Amino acid sequence: MATLSKDKNNSNIASLSHDGLPPSKSLWRDSFERLMRNRLAIVGLVVIILMILMAIFAPIISPHDYTDQSLLKTNAAPIWVIDLFPTMRAQGTENGYVKVVEANEYFLGTDPLGRDLLSRIIWGARVSLAVAFVGPLFATIIGLTLGLISGYFGGFTDNVIMRIVDTLYAFPTLLIIILMMAYFRSPAFAGAEAQGTIQGTLYLADRSLGGMLFIFIGIGITSWLGLARLTRGQVLSIRENEYILAARAQGASNWQIITKHILPNIMGPLIVAETLTIPSYIRYEAFLSFIGLGVSPPTASWGQMISEGAEYIGSFPHIAIFPAMALFLIMFAFNFLGDGLRDAFDPRLRGVD
Amino acid sequence: MFFVLVAVSALTFFFMKLIPGSPFDSEKSVEPAVRAQLEAKYNLDDPEWLQYLKYMDDLLIPRITGETIPPTSRGLVDDYLFNIPIIGTDRVLRWMNFGPSYVSPSRSVNQIFRDHLPISAQLGVAAFIVAVVIGIPTGVAAALRRNSWIDYASMSLALIGVSIPSIVSGPILRYIFGVQLQWVPPTGWGTFEQLILPAIALGFGSSAILARLTRASLLQVLNEDYIRTARAKGVKERRVITLHALKNSMIPVFTIMGPMLAALVTGTFVVEIIFGIPGLGRYFVTSIGTRDYPVIMGTTLLWGFFLVIANLLVDILYGMLDPRIVY
Repeated sequence: MATLSKDKNNSNIASLSHDGLPPSKSLWRDSFERLMRNRLAIVGLVVIILMILMAIFAPIISPHDYTDQSLLKTNAAPIWVIDLFPTMRAQGTENGYVKVVEANEYFLGTDPLGRDLLSRIIWGARVSLAVAFVGPLFATIIGLTLGLISGYFGGFTDNVIMRIVDTLYAFPTLLIIILMMAYFRSPAFAGAEAQGTIQGTLYLADRSLGGMLFIFIGIGITSWLGLARLTRGQVLSIRENEYILAARAQGASNWQIITKHILPNIMGPLIVAETLTIPSYIRYEAFLSFIGLGVSPPTASWGQMISEGAEYIGSFPHIAIFPAMALFLIMFAFNFLGDGLRDAFDPRLRGVD
Repeated sequence: MFFVLVAVSALTFFFMKLIPGSPFDSEKSVEPAVRAQLEAKYNLDDPEWLQYLKYMDDLLIPRITGETIPPTSRGLVDDYLFNIPIIGTDRVLRWMNFGPSYVSPSRSVNQIFRDHLPISAQLGVAAFIVAVVIGIPTGVAAALRRNSWIDYASMSLALIGVSIPSIVSGPILRYIFGVQLQWVPPTGWGTFEQLILPAIALGFGSSAILARLTRASLLQVLNEDYIRTARAKGVKERRVITLHALKNSMIPVFTIMGPMLAALVTGTFVVEIIFGIPGLGRYFVTSIGTRDYPVIMGTTLLWGFFLVIANLLVDILYGMLDPRIVY
């Protein structure tokens, strides 16, 4: 019986190694080594780590304060940026329409309020990355729990949870988030009479976070649906295995079976799925900030910077293009990493979507 | 399906009523008596459940009226989406009244739909065509030449595609092709040239998803026993691919194409804003800010309707492609 309960990592075959065979590896170690061999995934991982460092040390590394306006240097660009976008030169740099600044003062130029673009992009990483980690966090806390309960216990509980998930699924995600934003952001909760109420408190908390709290709530409310379904499906397929039966025969409690035998076996697909969903959380935030329902000014968010710059793209393309590149880079990195993780956890799927 | 739409309508209705503020808030204060009259005119003084029932009644219950619509008790000009003359009589069957816009009282929600929905729909369909025309052939080529440079190139491109939301590709495309190269007008709406960039910006990401899915699905089907059987019988390779493999590999592709079309038609806001296109997306976003309740309801229900119809079409196509599936 002792050997049966050992196979929780599906590595029972490997663990039977005799002398002369290569030493056995756990599934996790094996996956990790496969991931390390995947160069693109490593590139993605490095980019993400650099972005995280950039976000953490934003106050130290950003050359200017992200709110500092200099009204004499609005929409300005250094020479190398003007060379990069030939239409800016055509606008006329001599007559002062395009203001030229030193690259070592404003490396990427300034926005319509004369704020340093580089500093705002560095600070904007905080918003995108916060969303990238809060989405999966909510999804895991709510979705994993409900999916486990639903799949493991089945029956009536399963039915109720899955019908709720189905109904919410039919509801357009962005619509829920937009309506919620409109509700919480209503000026009615800003006044003194709202203080002390739940909405008033949330409003103040959101203010102090620069408008990120409601984005978190909005994404959190909708992010768990997919994970709940996936978890349930995975649990259903694992639940019928003999080793679960064996564990139960040994007198293991439900809690032990779930944490020791089911969770380790379903973690792989769940991690892969969540990593591949991260870009869509980042996209939601960018979209919300783009339409003006995201972070509140002067907080820097890439989506809001793109929307600001889109108006000026004919004359000052750098204002929109640089944050757009940053957004692209982070989504690209997470997609690389997600693809790499999928290949690492399930080599059969290599190159298959 | 009908249940989903009713659930969406009820949730939206009561949730939007929770949002503080009213459509008649403005910079200058409105006389309480005037406000009360306005609210009475639009039934806003009723309890909310009654407002909801009245709204659903106007929307769902068909009316049979004469040629001209008599003024209703609310004193509004009613505008119905469907007006079907009943042959042999002078009566008209009218259905689906989405109500007036509170913010611009001269226009009904139906009028806003008529003016702006075709624009969003054209853009969405054009983006869908871009997605299908680029995505599926790329995926097929990658699968048939597995592990060749075609495969690697197209799958790298697809990985870029899924990482570029229209919020990123929109400004970049507009700058390169509209401002710098001046091949097409950078903004505006009305000509075919003005449709190209927004359609690509919107459809490129979806084409990448389609390419990856097509490739994966085709690779899986090519490993099936019936493909080996077909080859063993001496069926020509071209015929094996087109008749046996492609048709079967399209099943999962079709499942995502339905929701994808709906998402493209309804998800045009960003592209509309970047390219200055007068579509329906903008109305949806601004209507929430101005608490224009009928416009919020109308656009939401339209969204939900597209989504539901798309899923229904997929189910029907499913049955046609795979006779094993029976409902």
